[in-house]
Amino acid sequence: MSPIALLLGLEKAEDGVDSLELSSSLGVEHQVVVGAVKSLQSVGEVISAEQRSSKHWQLTEEGVEISELGSHEARVFECIPVEGLLQSELMKLPFGKIGFTKAMSNKWIRVDKTSEGGPLIFRSVQTIVDQVREKLLNVLNGKDAELEEKEKSELKKRRLLSEVTVKSYWITKGSSFSTTITKQETELTPEMIVSGNWKDNKFKPYNFEAMGVPLDCGHLHPLMKVRTQFRQIFLEMGFTEMPTNNFIESSFWNFDSLFQPQQHPARDQHDTFFLSDPALTLDFPQDYLQRVKKVHTEGGFGSQGYKYEWKVEEAQKNILRTHTTAVSARMLYKLAQQEKFTPVKYFSIDRVFRNETLDATHLAEFHQIEGVVADYDLTLGDLMGVLHQFFTKLGITKLRFKPAYNPYTEPSMEVFSYHEGTQSQC
Amino acid sequence: YVWILFERDLYLINSKYYKIMSDEEFDELCFQFGLELDEITSEKELISKEQNDSKAAGASDVILYKIDVPANRYDLLCLEGLVRGLQVFKNKLEAPRYVRVSPVSGQPQKLIITKETAAVRPYAVAAVLRDITFTQERYDSFIELQEKLHQNICRKRSIVAIGTHDLDTTSGPFTYTAKPPSEICFQPLNQTKEFTATELMSLYRTDSHLKHYLHIIEDKPVYPVIYDSNGIVLSMPPIINGDHTKISLKTKNVFIECTATDLTKAKVVLDTLVTMFSQYCSQPFTVEEAEVVYPDGKTCLYPELPYRKEKLSGEFVNRKIGINESTETVAQLLTRMCLLSKLTGVGDQIEVEIPPTRSDIIHACDIVEDAAIAYGFNNITRTTPRSYTVATQFPLNKLTELLRQDVAAAGFTEVLTFALCSKEDVGDKLGKKISETGAAHISNPKTAEFQVARTTLLPGLLKTIAANKKMPLPLKLFEISDVVLKDKSKDVGARNSRRFCAVYYNKSPGFEVIHGLMDRTMQLLGVKPLRGEGYHIQAAEDSIFFPGRCAEIFVDGKSVGRLGVLHPNVVTRFELTMPCSALEMDIEPFL
Repeated sequence: MSPIALLLGLEKAEDGVDSLELSSSLGVEHQVVVGAVKSLQSVGEVISAEQRSSKHWQLTEEGVEISELGSHEARVFECIPVEGLLQSELMKLPFGKIGFTKAMSNKWIRVDKTSEGGPLIFRSVQTIVDQVREKLLNVLNGKDAELEEKEKSELKKRRLLSEVTVKSYWITKGSSFSTTITKQETELTPEMIVSGNWKDNKFKPYNFEAMGVPLDCGHLHPLMKVRTQFRQIFLEMGFTEMPTNNFIESSFWNFDSLFQPQQHPARDQHDTFFLSDPALTLDFPQDYLQRVKKVHTEGGFGSQGYKYEWKVEEAQKNILRTHTTAVSARMLYKLAQQEKFTPVKYFSIDRVFRNETLDATHLAEFHQIEGVVADYDLTLGDLMGVLHQFFTKLGITKLRFKPAYNPYTEPSMEVFSYHEGTQSQC
Repeated sequence: YVWILFERDLYLINSKYYKIMSDEEFDELCFQFGLELDEITSEKELISKEQNDSKAAGASDVILYKIDVPANRYDLLCLEGLVRGLQVFKNKLEAPRYVRVSPVSGQPQKLIITKETAAVRPYAVAAVLRDITFTQERYDSFIELQEKLHQNICRKRSIVAIGTHDLDTTSGPFTYTAKPPSEICFQPLNQTKEFTATELMSLYRTDSHLKHYLHIIEDKPVYPVIYDSNGIVLSMPPIINGDHTKISLKTKNVFIECTATDLTKAKVVLDTLVTMFSQYCSQPFTVEEAEVVYPDGKTCLYPELPYRKEKLSGEFVNRKIGINESTETVAQLLTRMCLLSKLTGVGDQIEVEIPPTRSDIIHACDIVEDAAIAYGFNNITRTTPRSYTVATQFPLNKLTELLRQDVAAAGFTEVLTFALCSKEDVGDKLGKKISETGAAHISNPKTAEFQVARTTLLPGLLKTIAANKKMPLPLKLFEISDVVLKDKSKDVGARNSRRFCAVYYNKSPGFEVIHGLMDRTMQLLGVKPLRGEGYHIQAAEDSIFFPGRCAEIFVDGKSVGRLGVLHPNVVTRFELTMPCSALEMDIEPFL
């Protein structure tokens, strides 16, 4: 049905038309009318359509069957002969069960339980009026107003009637109503611009409620973006980047050179990934290794040491590094080999590995941020100051420091940032 | 960090803070001291959380504090030590002096070690707590501290095991020896009959607590065992004590023995136990000595309860922390940390006495840390290191950062994938033999996903696509990150290699797109499309790629990578269904 037909139908109307009435008068499906309404709505103020909903009663499939064939109870009545009918026989019929119960309650039939061969059913009245069928026919013929509410809800209970909501439109003429439709352009074209005939065209209005087209662009990974940001901060603070491109490390650099004792739980199978291939590192700066061994075993450089038997076999074991501090250890060793000491600031942001049980907030691989400052006369206040500057660059200015324990740093601390208002810490 | 659990009110009463200190104030005190108040809970809540509410019905409502304690502070592992430490910190208590004393009459208890123990558990130390008074709470605390020490410094009893005995039920001298399990027979704690050690191994195999310790001695030819002078078994370390000498609330005299494979740790454990609980002896903080006799006849008195003196200057402490306190103040700060300090009178020199409860003080920096804690970390002025340094970027990372931006600008999305994967991921799934990949193998993976370190970035990208099949096509992903390859020339035997990998996944393979990306990358790297001094590609064969659709990339005559349409076998093995083209190249040659 073309929208024009609708416009013509509307022209004749005084104030407006109901879409349902229009569909029956034009002899088309209501959905077709709705379609025409929608397409007219998109071309400007030609029509105005107000949504309405109305309810009306409809027969269910079963209801239609009954309106044609009669109610179950009436059919039961009809099929009982003068000599009666065995109940067992009646029950075999499709309308038997329900019809029997209803006919009994209507007192249309009676049962003789004493007869031979089983209970026998007889008519107990001469004639009946199939009220149910009559009511359904009324609804079918549009006369459902003649039924009382109580009767309608009863039939609804028996699932013979259903109440249906129908959405329709009340269509009225719009401010730019006409029975012709001028085609609307969607977009400017090069021809329109060049020829200038854009001036004569009508353009479809834009829908500013919808989103634009999602662009097909590339993206950087959120964690990597954070890494870039932190890297930038370190560089701004004069920290030189360490070469951390070695995931596999020896226990010596990862643990022993950092004074982590060989029986420490962190060196357990269940916290650290050990390598089966390549399994061992055999090449170490030997004089340094001896000094490390001595401090663990006996002490030295002002330390009591751990006083246990340090085994080189433990130190030789290769692992996936558990912290980037292993690289810092190598860097500090290199720095110590310099002829003349120069103050340095080093940093790294790279991957580390822990063989822990995985859960919602713990992975076996994650990234660690590390910074090292080496100079004469550094103080704890300097460490706190550097951290303060670092976090200030992230927009975090309120910091609190808490004493902590770490095998290779002393004093050690944890850093908390807090928010005055919410009194939350992290 | 180790956690301890105790009744809040018990702590408050013992610290004389009952009805004075709030939870918030305690939390703050923990923060300053370096502890963490992890949870305020009750027995009922704990059972509820662990099991369910119905099992918790009838459990105690008494408020408990759960505190995290640094792993090296054995003196804070029980309520007694915690109260003492915090009271001294708050200047409400002077740290007690722990003294080893001789027995009032007679000889010290003897523990004779025989040579048989050398093969299995060579060391032992011992001490006596004389005329002690237990209450239920003290008793529970005593047992709990042993358990905490066992889990912590004793490394689950494998390094040190503690046995505590009612001295009045037994008589020394005690013999610490080792015997074949069938020859050891006794009535263990809480049992009603005797068992041989062999039988006990079977008996305890199903014991939820003890089964974890059996392995320590199970397979040894001889098991450690301690007898008294009448042949009664005190204990079979590290498994179980004898029932005969078990401690009760009525016990007045306790004999403590610690057997070990590390003598230093055994001494620390013994010292911790006696310093904590000698509080309840009639002569508080005195510990009666016991004599250990070694197989060679040498003897040693325990507990050692060492007080060590160190000297350092107030200026040293000030300088390390970044504060400026008088020598007297520095000495006071340290004394508050149970490190009794006084001025020697020589310049600003301080003599610091390190008590047996502070075995964590190993170096002067530990003393400095304690001074800083007493001063209050947040009272220290934050300063800037005075040296000026110019930063240098690690060239490989600088290159990576520049490339990443431009590859994303070319319309590809960056992913971050795991460095560890299964053997199949880099082997079978790509049609390669794992032994030929040069992959580094993990010896203790918890799952198959951690068997090897990746030798190529491709599997990670393909797994990412497989996990994102609902996303609209085409999928254009990339990653610039490290793979791991075995390398004999490195000290550890392996090195990282920085790779750039990109995939295009769509209804059509898009080789021309991947090829275009590769050309663009070369353009960014300043390499001309010129055979020889620049780059060129030529056909190659690789099980990863579809035959006839694979090319090798050469720069200055050397191969730097490959690109092509993925072989359908590879696509299928990674549970994908669309055509896919990929590029992987080594970016280190471009530095």
